[in-house]
Amino acid sequence: MQVDWTIYLTFLGAGLILLLPRDSKNLIRWVALLTGVAALLVGLKNYFDYNAWVNAELAAHNGVLTDGFKQIVNVPWIPALNVNYHLAVDGINFPLIILNGFVCVTGILFSWNIENRVKEFFAFFLTLIAGVYGVFMSMDLFLLFVFYELAIIPKYFVIAIWGSTRKEYGAMKLVLYSFVGSALVFIGILAVFFSAGGQSFDILELVKHPLAPEVQIWVFPLIFVGFAVLAGMWPFHTWAPTGHVAAPTAASMLLAGVVMKLGSYGCFRAAMLLFPQGLEHWKWWIAVLAVIGIVYGAGVALVQKDFKFIIGYSSVSHMGFVLLGLATLNVMGMSGAILQMFSHGIVASLLFAVVGRMVYDRTHTRQLDELGGLAKVIPFACVTFVIGGAASMGMPGFSGFVAEYQILVGAFQMHPLLALAAGLSIPLTVAYILNANNKVFMDRDEPAGGHGHGHGSEESSHPPLPPITLPEGVAAIILMALLVIVGLYPSIMLNMIKANMELFLRGGR
Amino acid sequence: MTPISYLEIFKALNSEAMLAVAALAALTLDLASLRRAEPVMRRRTIGTVAVIGLLASVIPLWQQLGHPRTVLLGGTLAVDDLILVFKLVIVALTLITVLISMDYDVGRHVGEYFAVMIFGAIGMLLLISAEELLTIFVALELTSISLYILTAFHKSELRSQEAALKYFMFGAISSAFLLFGLSYVYGVTGMSSLSGIREAVKNSGVGMSPLLATGMLFVIIGFGFKVAVVPFHLWAPDAYEGAPTPVAAFIATGSKVASFFVLLKVLFVGFAGLEGSAFWGHFSSGWTMLLAITGALSMVLGNFVAIVQRNVKRLLAYSSIAHAGYIFIGLVAASRMGATSVLFYIIVYSLTNLGAFGVVAALSSRAGGDELQDFDGMAKRAPFLSSLMLIFVLSLAGIPPLGGFLGKFYLFASAIQRDSQNFGLLWLVVLGILMSAVSLYYYLVLLKHIYVIDSKDQSRIITPTYLNVALGLVALAVVLLGVYPKPILELLNGLVAAL
Repeated sequence: MQVDWTIYLTFLGAGLILLLPRDSKNLIRWVALLTGVAALLVGLKNYFDYNAWVNAELAAHNGVLTDGFKQIVNVPWIPALNVNYHLAVDGINFPLIILNGFVCVTGILFSWNIENRVKEFFAFFLTLIAGVYGVFMSMDLFLLFVFYELAIIPKYFVIAIWGSTRKEYGAMKLVLYSFVGSALVFIGILAVFFSAGGQSFDILELVKHPLAPEVQIWVFPLIFVGFAVLAGMWPFHTWAPTGHVAAPTAASMLLAGVVMKLGSYGCFRAAMLLFPQGLEHWKWWIAVLAVIGIVYGAGVALVQKDFKFIIGYSSVSHMGFVLLGLATLNVMGMSGAILQMFSHGIVASLLFAVVGRMVYDRTHTRQLDELGGLAKVIPFACVTFVIGGAASMGMPGFSGFVAEYQILVGAFQMHPLLALAAGLSIPLTVAYILNANNKVFMDRDEPAGGHGHGHGSEESSHPPLPPITLPEGVAAIILMALLVIVGLYPSIMLNMIKANMELFLRGGR
Repeated sequence: MTPISYLEIFKALNSEAMLAVAALAALTLDLASLRRAEPVMRRRTIGTVAVIGLLASVIPLWQQLGHPRTVLLGGTLAVDDLILVFKLVIVALTLITVLISMDYDVGRHVGEYFAVMIFGAIGMLLLISAEELLTIFVALELTSISLYILTAFHKSELRSQEAALKYFMFGAISSAFLLFGLSYVYGVTGMSSLSGIREAVKNSGVGMSPLLATGMLFVIIGFGFKVAVVPFHLWAPDAYEGAPTPVAAFIATGSKVASFFVLLKVLFVGFAGLEGSAFWGHFSSGWTMLLAITGALSMVLGNFVAIVQRNVKRLLAYSSIAHAGYIFIGLVAASRMGATSVLFYIIVYSLTNLGAFGVVAALSSRAGGDELQDFDGMAKRAPFLSSLMLIFVLSLAGIPPLGGFLGKFYLFASAIQRDSQNFGLLWLVVLGILMSAVSLYYYLVLLKHIYVIDSKDQSRIITPTYLNVALGLVALAVVLLGVYPKPILELLNGLVAAL
């Protein structure tokens, strides 16, 4: 099966779930899980095939890639507008495709305990996943936009129906921010299409006929900012913390794990690829805003009282690294950015799972002051958080280190001050992760959980919390394993990214 | 002048004749044998008569497809493929409106209700054929008067009476404007057929004379009332809210399609050469400028006022004002692509809106009201119709891959394409896109009531199967128009070339 089957399988799964009776909740969960796993396996199989192909190509051509794209399908869709249904994969989107697969499977596992409107939940969830797969593979701007919008709407329902704190506000804010962003993209796409003669929306065609520099300079920021809103670029990031906090666990995982990557991927694929001169003109702005986001996100995370807000702001900070890496325009920084997308996708999913599923679903509070001493009650959650946190702060041996190290080196090449300023966030990250870890898992002065046991004495053990369930354990182990595997053996991902980035920087497509 | 051949006319207007027979049959049947029957039974029986009439009228329309264009009575009425396609659209819209009505309490005068509805449909069919000023006016009046009567059908409700009166007053004024404008146009050009006007304007070489400009302005004002664009929209929210819901659906869809179709013809054929310019920084007097301004106002006002509405029908009314604004963007483009995009959009929009009104009619009559909170928890109470509503509302919001998205994209693309060097119409497109982002808010609020908020009343709502099937087919069409638009776009694009 070609990798486009990830899209179709996921859509089919969503459709199948709609046909199932709403009371057979376990059946629905299993169908969703099997769909996710099937799509993931298809993705992985093709990923390794592609990886082998890239390595063979590199070996055959002295380490240089001549064309990184594997075409999947390219047929006319709306001839009246010259829109094609064009899917293709390369070393940039493949890591993100399998990231989406992993977040999907683990997200379903972490949602196993949802009891309310199970059928609709998984139908929306899978639709969102399918849309994300579609965005990552689309090589036609129109098609990309269609999938992109398709992924926006289910988020609203998933957050507004199954979310928590100020869920309707968070959901609406998120959707309107994304939609305004996509409105900018829409204008930009029309401008590109007609400036290029109205012949094609195909990215790989358009890239052959670059637009006049004066057009690039005003269209580039439209498309870049439109996508960057979803990537959480400062100062357009404010939807991210509220959205993440309001969302149910699986949706937070998706939002931080893959949806924010839709934004940064769009920035790269649509804006940077098509407007080299626009990029050259604006890259300092992007870099500076990215650095502000990195430091600001980390600083704000440090003073949060709500466990989930900490992770929410940390996402803003880490996505800043992605944008900084993209703006460096050197192989080191840009490859780091793509790897950071993957790495942060896994880290954020893991941390949100700890906060939302392992802690909040058991204690029904996320306030740091009310939590404490959970390491004894749910030690597994503590271990998971420590590992996720270590990857988040860039500890060597985890994927986050490889990614952020490269981005900082790349940024240093661009300008040393950028690297220095971005590097400031690392001690801040260490501080907020350790602070959260202490307050939630270590502090023994206060009992865990806010309800019904306020006067427990020092030696009385914590109130019994439900133990970690099997689905949670399996999902957490999958995610942790990925962090370590990519951290210790980054070349399984970095090889293809680097080869494609070199190609991109040579202007080779 | 050649003698009038009534046989020819009858042949060309076979379907209208069939519909007239069906309307009379509905009246007679009701009067003769059903006065004492149960209301539900009466509606279903007479509705079936109407459905049969409508289905029968498809046959002659279908048979005429593919024949060369024929013109009757010295250019008053025309029949060509484009006209036939839109007649079929009108018949389909009427058919679904009739099906929705069969499930809706329309009071005691069941026979009259369906008969007047079919008379309205005949007016719309004639309007689509009409290519001459007076015929356009007469057909428009037949449509409008039928709709005034239908609006007042909730005889016991003050709201309905008020709505009908308001609709009638505004409608009458707009007719006066239209007739006045048409008489000026005739006075200046000496021609009453659309193609004749075009030739006269071209040959005079004067272009826009003050008198002609006045006439054109009045004509546009008259049509502005009919399609409800700002600042001529004031009747719409009240009429939609007060009218029986199926009638509101009919006003919002069938009559809009017919009015936009004829407006397109009047502008693109009759007033060809009087476009002026709506390019940013290069405004010059002509109908595109007028349309650009009213369209922009409609998008802004319609969308912002819709946000504060608490009644679903009023919300849909303001949304349809906004949509009329989007459609004007395609008219402003004044190009072949613009015409195709407008025609495609009115098909998508009318199907979507009809579906939305259909769901509202079916649910509100059972939930006891059409305020937003009456729709709380509908996703659990009526899961099927709620999922259809999801499709319709998202299509109105312009979310891909539904028809509404492609329609909007095409409208905006046509405006950019018109001046793709300097992006002269970009301002209108930017406004339209930003306003669509605004519109998403109130569409999501509506969906929030259906999907997110729970209601105390958890009882299931059962709707008749024929209605579910009909609305399901409409939803399917809305999805297909977005996912597989190729055939219809190619068809329209080919037919528009003949305009």
